[in-house]
Amino acid sequence: MSTSTMIVKIPSGHDGPANPFRVITRAVATIWSVPKARIGVALLLLFVILAVFAPLIAPYSATENTFGRSEDMSADHWLGTTAAGQDVLSQIIYGARVSVFVGFTAGLLSTIIAVLIGLSWGYLRGFAAEVINFVVNLFLVIPALPLMIVIAAYLQNGGIGMIVLVVVITGWAWGARVLRSQTQSLRSRDFVTAAVFSGESPARIVFREILPNMTSLIVGSFFGASTAAILAEAGLEFLGLGDSTTVSWGTMLFWAQNSNALLTGQWVLLFAPGLCISLLATSMSLINFGVDGLSNPRLREGSKR
Amino acid sequence: MRYLLSKVGLLLLTLWAAVTLNFLLPRLMPGSPADAAIAKLAQNGPVSPSTRAAIEAQLGVPTGSAWDQYLQYLNNVVHFDFGVSYTFFPQSVASLVGTALPWTLVLVGFVTIVAFVCGTLLGVLAAWKRGTWLDTLPTVGGTFASAFPYFWTALLLLFFLGYVAGWFPTSGAYGSAATPEFSGPFLLDALYHSILPATTILITSLGGWILGMRSTMINTLGDDYVTFAEANGLRPRTVAIRYAARNAILPNLTSFGLALGGVVGGSLLVERVFSYPGVGYLLYTAVVNQDFPLMQALFLIITISVLLANFIVDILYGILDPRTRR
Repeated sequence: MSTSTMIVKIPSGHDGPANPFRVITRAVATIWSVPKARIGVALLLLFVILAVFAPLIAPYSATENTFGRSEDMSADHWLGTTAAGQDVLSQIIYGARVSVFVGFTAGLLSTIIAVLIGLSWGYLRGFAAEVINFVVNLFLVIPALPLMIVIAAYLQNGGIGMIVLVVVITGWAWGARVLRSQTQSLRSRDFVTAAVFSGESPARIVFREILPNMTSLIVGSFFGASTAAILAEAGLEFLGLGDSTTVSWGTMLFWAQNSNALLTGQWVLLFAPGLCISLLATSMSLINFGVDGLSNPRLREGSKR
Repeated sequence: MRYLLSKVGLLLLTLWAAVTLNFLLPRLMPGSPADAAIAKLAQNGPVSPSTRAAIEAQLGVPTGSAWDQYLQYLNNVVHFDFGVSYTFFPQSVASLVGTALPWTLVLVGFVTIVAFVCGTLLGVLAAWKRGTWLDTLPTVGGTFASAFPYFWTALLLLFFLGYVAGWFPTSGAYGSAATPEFSGPFLLDALYHSILPATTILITSLGGWILGMRSTMINTLGDDYVTFAEANGLRPRTVAIRYAARNAILPNLTSFGLALGGVVGGSLLVERVFSYPGVGYLLYTAVVNQDFPLMQALFLIITISVLLANFIVDILYGILDPRTRR
């Protein structure tokens, strides 16, 4: 085999450092080409805009409680008021801030841990890999929500910071496992062998050679972790384990159940926050349909099997 | 046999790790149970040193080295001795857990199996009829439904079918007049009460199975032996079920155990909404009342149940797929 054919066989990601900007635009274009993912991107963008510009969009302050109590929908209060006399629509808009913040922060932190552990674990062999294997499997198999509940119960009313921490502790293992198996399959490829023979350090091989090939998986595990974080945050706050004075969709449901919105028939109080949580979580799952297509052409929409 | 032995060894190691984690958790956290109880009392007035000493003695403030505590703890766990509940004093934690566990086991166990079977079948159908409405409807519906928070689905069902329509009971696992016994009327009553919680868990967990099965099935459909079977002119249904689905189901089975943890977590929230007297509702009660012995024991029991379920799935996987036994 001549040298020139060798070079042709090496994946394009290897010739020179990848331009991060080009990688991102190409990834966005691939995601955008999938109709389902397009809906997801639009939805997510909508919630991010709501969160960022909440003070401009919301008709009232989220904590202003000077209105009539438990009012039905009206021109002044499109979604009615809570039992404490707050405007429901304003609370929904401000609530987007907590969910978007927790989703992105916890998702990002979980993904960073998952990348660090998943990649080094996939590249390592021997006893160290066995130990990490055991720890990751343990975290995967321990039911996450009960663990979160227990930790949150010990760290009394810790607020959003505590919730992010708890979600990250329980949320990194899944991504680590997915990234690890991909690292393992990549490390036996020719371009990695070539890098080893050219004398690159293990750290450089893992993060400069292998990592760029897994962009889609990393993006996928970010959105997966964010979805889980948003649902977990809402669940913990619904149980009253967060700071119940924060205005978020989870605490809105907590107060709705505690003020017997079920009995008074104010179904909007239950319906609206839950729908927002679902839509935000769905938007991320929908984006993941496009991300799947990055790594697995068979999952690309429109391609025949 | 070696496969079985290695799995048993792994199970024992994992059980030990879970038990140890349960031991470490409260000790890594700031504060102590006795402090929490005293803080609660202090809200009503100052706590005298003698009261404090009494509480510390009663709640068993740990004495001795960490190692001695650990051995003592292991000994207690082996004998199912989890101490006394603060909330339901003087009932023991073990007896409380014993009453709550069957409700959750039956509810979650039954619904999970139904969801797995239905979801897998729908996933096969979606992959086989790719691009048609039989694919789009379950895929998009499943994605959306699995993004529903468990407690939200529960609240909506409770409100519309429980309160507004009045078709189903709104709380509990059996009528207030009934006492738990093995009789026809009681079992029917319990079944009636479990419909809403079960439907909630089914709706929310179904989507994951559909999507998982669909994606493994699509991968399998691209394999050479499927193309070969088609080229041989076998009936499409035979190719889909006997060739593709049969092999696609295996990877899906491994995710069964992992998904179970999520379903158990979700069922905790569902039990809270319906005041269903299972492990989840008890855990909620324990957390609200800062009943740490009860909380720790429940966390341990939930974890061990999930570990055992995973172990059974692993063994089943070994039987179904001879390659893993090598």
